[in-house]
Amino acid sequence: MIKIAFKMLFGDRGKYLGIITGIAMASVLMIQQPGILLSILNTVYGFITDIALPQIWVMDPKVQTIDDSKPMLDTQLYRVRGIEGVEWAVPLYKGNQKVRLANGETVNSIIVGLDDSTLIGGPPVMVEGKLADLRLPDAIIVDETGAKGRLATPSGKKGEPATPLKIGDILEINDVRAKVVGFARTTNTFQSQPVIYTTYTRAKTFSLDERKLLTFILAQPKSGESASIVAARIAKQTGLGAHTAQDFKKISLQYVFDNTSIVVNFGFVVVVGFIVGAAVTGQIFYNFTLDNLRYFGVFKAMGATNRLVLTMILLQALLVGFVGFGIGAGATALFARATQGSGGLSMRITAPLLLGSGGAVLFIVLLAALISARKVIKLEPAVVFKG
Amino acid sequence: MNSEEKPAVSCRGITKVYGAGETRVQALRGVDLEVRPGELLMLVGPSGCGKTTLISVIAGILDHDDGECELFGRDLRKLSKLERTHYRGEKIGFVFQAFNLIPALTSAENAAVPLLINGVPMEKALAKAVECLRKVGLEGRESALPAQLSGGQQQRVAVARALVHEPKLIVCDEPTSALDHKTGQLVMESLKSVAMARDRALVIVTHDARIFDFADRIAHMDDGRIVKIEEADKAAALASL
Ligand SMILES: Nc1ncnc2c1ncn2[C@@H]1O[C@H](COP(=O)(O)OP(=O)(O)OP(=O)(O)O)[C@@H](O)[C@H]1O
Ligand SMILES: [Mg+2]
Repeated sequence: MIKIAFKMLFGDRGKYLGIITGIAMASVLMIQQPGILLSILNTVYGFITDIALPQIWVMDPKVQTIDDSKPMLDTQLYRVRGIEGVEWAVPLYKGNQKVRLANGETVNSIIVGLDDSTLIGGPPVMVEGKLADLRLPDAIIVDETGAKGRLATPSGKKGEPATPLKIGDILEINDVRAKVVGFARTTNTFQSQPVIYTTYTRAKTFSLDERKLLTFILAQPKSGESASIVAARIAKQTGLGAHTAQDFKKISLQYVFDNTSIVVNFGFVVVVGFIVGAAVTGQIFYNFTLDNLRYFGVFKAMGATNRLVLTMILLQALLVGFVGFGIGAGATALFARATQGSGGLSMRITAPLLLGSGGAVLFIVLLAALISARKVIKLEPAVVFKG
Repeated sequence: MNSEEKPAVSCRGITKVYGAGETRVQALRGVDLEVRPGELLMLVGPSGCGKTTLISVIAGILDHDDGECELFGRDLRKLSKLERTHYRGEKIGFVFQAFNLIPALTSAENAAVPLLINGVPMEKALAKAVECLRKVGLEGRESALPAQLSGGQQQRVAVARALVHEPKLIVCDEPTSALDHKTGQLVMESLKSVAMARDRALVIVTHDARIFDFADRIAHMDDGRIVKIEEADKAAALASL
């Protein structure tokens, strides 16, 4: 009877396609929107994740997010180094500077200055060149996306594509000469600006107009010491803000949640997708069952138990859910791949996201099935002889 | 006929009331009826006299209020709802005025439905269904959809479906009313020649006088009661008048 149930479903092509389309569209909305949101949220703390080594971030107490820049006096570095339980501590500069391209255009970029001797805080993956080349004169390392995108050398003619930066190219940062020695892969930034790495000392020459440059202090607890306890100790003794990397990620995320309506906006679309999907699917599926009500009555008269007809309806619902979600998820994945690396909003389709949206679809179709099944269960087989 | 044999259907004093208060309708007012195994009994009478209600009770798809109704010596009301459903699935075949074939299924699949409900595997059920379709003269139309068949052909698929699981009782409500005279005769011939068996009873509700010839006995109903039962010869004589 299972095969019969599926044949009945396919037999009504219009309704079948309608239900599948409804579920597919709901799935797209429920995967794509959170996927984009996840990708955006990932950029919020991507910079923290990229700098994997240090467990403690120290900053001005007023800093609320990784994108805040409230530099401290250089002397704070020595105070942190003096705190009990700190193995080492290095400076990190992170700020915005104007980069001048060959045609005179300027591009706002993020400059990251790394501790001269250790280069701690560097990019997670080098695509070309090596991190140690930052010790060469005027050296900078540019992130891959920026090198191909906003920082690419303009062709000079309209309509022609720009040439990606290559090693040896010269840029001007705040009128100071900088020479490209390598390319790195980093997590896209929230505002998708290019990221340029250099040494802490050279960052100072790019930013002569700024009095204080010490944006963050990256510190490591002695082995055996808990990062959160050492961070708390640093905060207490210096009056600075000090967080473990994990906490700093959370704080940065919380800042975005508190100061933008991004989650609400995306969540709204997801909820609309769910409701529309549930309404459309439920409605068509219910109509489909009503259309077949007399046949379910015939089955019941001919000895089909309620359990059997319920199974038939559930399997019909599961099938449309499965096919619809497959189409929706597949379409979203294709779309994600097609738009990947285009520099715009990207999408992160994670396993929990698929599980969540799949669960929502399952909920929708089961609900539709149960509402429809109620009608069939209550149906008296005696209706078969009614005209 | 062997008088020792248990009757196929035995009804005594069956009553049935639909609704209550203003909308109360007494559809059956004490029906006594016996149907013998191996006979074709027709149930006739004016519209609204309770024919459909009576065969619904007999087929175990409707509960009566009072009286006793036994199928092959069994009181279906003593069975649980589930047992009764299974009993129907095994012992009873149905033919409807409106055919009630599932549009998305082929003739063979439609005819196989009672076996599938009883848990027979698809392949075996289809083989049996094809055999029954051949018996009702539909060889070669096994994979046709209902929409590709004429009314008479559809009703013969329904006849194949009614007997595919070799039930003990086949109930038909107005099986020829939606068909023209010639097609109706063809369907009745299938029913009479293929569906009849020594230990099987057929109860056919009809007001189609043209098919009275096929009956062994004709039970006349009026206002919720059986008023008269005629034996075959007399009925045939009546019809030929
Ligand atoms: N479900 C029901 N609810 C209320 N009244 C009903 C119901 N089914 C039938 N009746 C009434 O019971 C009476 C007998 O109905 P039944 O369908 O058994 O008659 P019938 O002899 O089959 O008539 P017909 O020849 O028109 O098919 C009629 O008055 C009918 O209106
Ligand atoms: Mg009737």
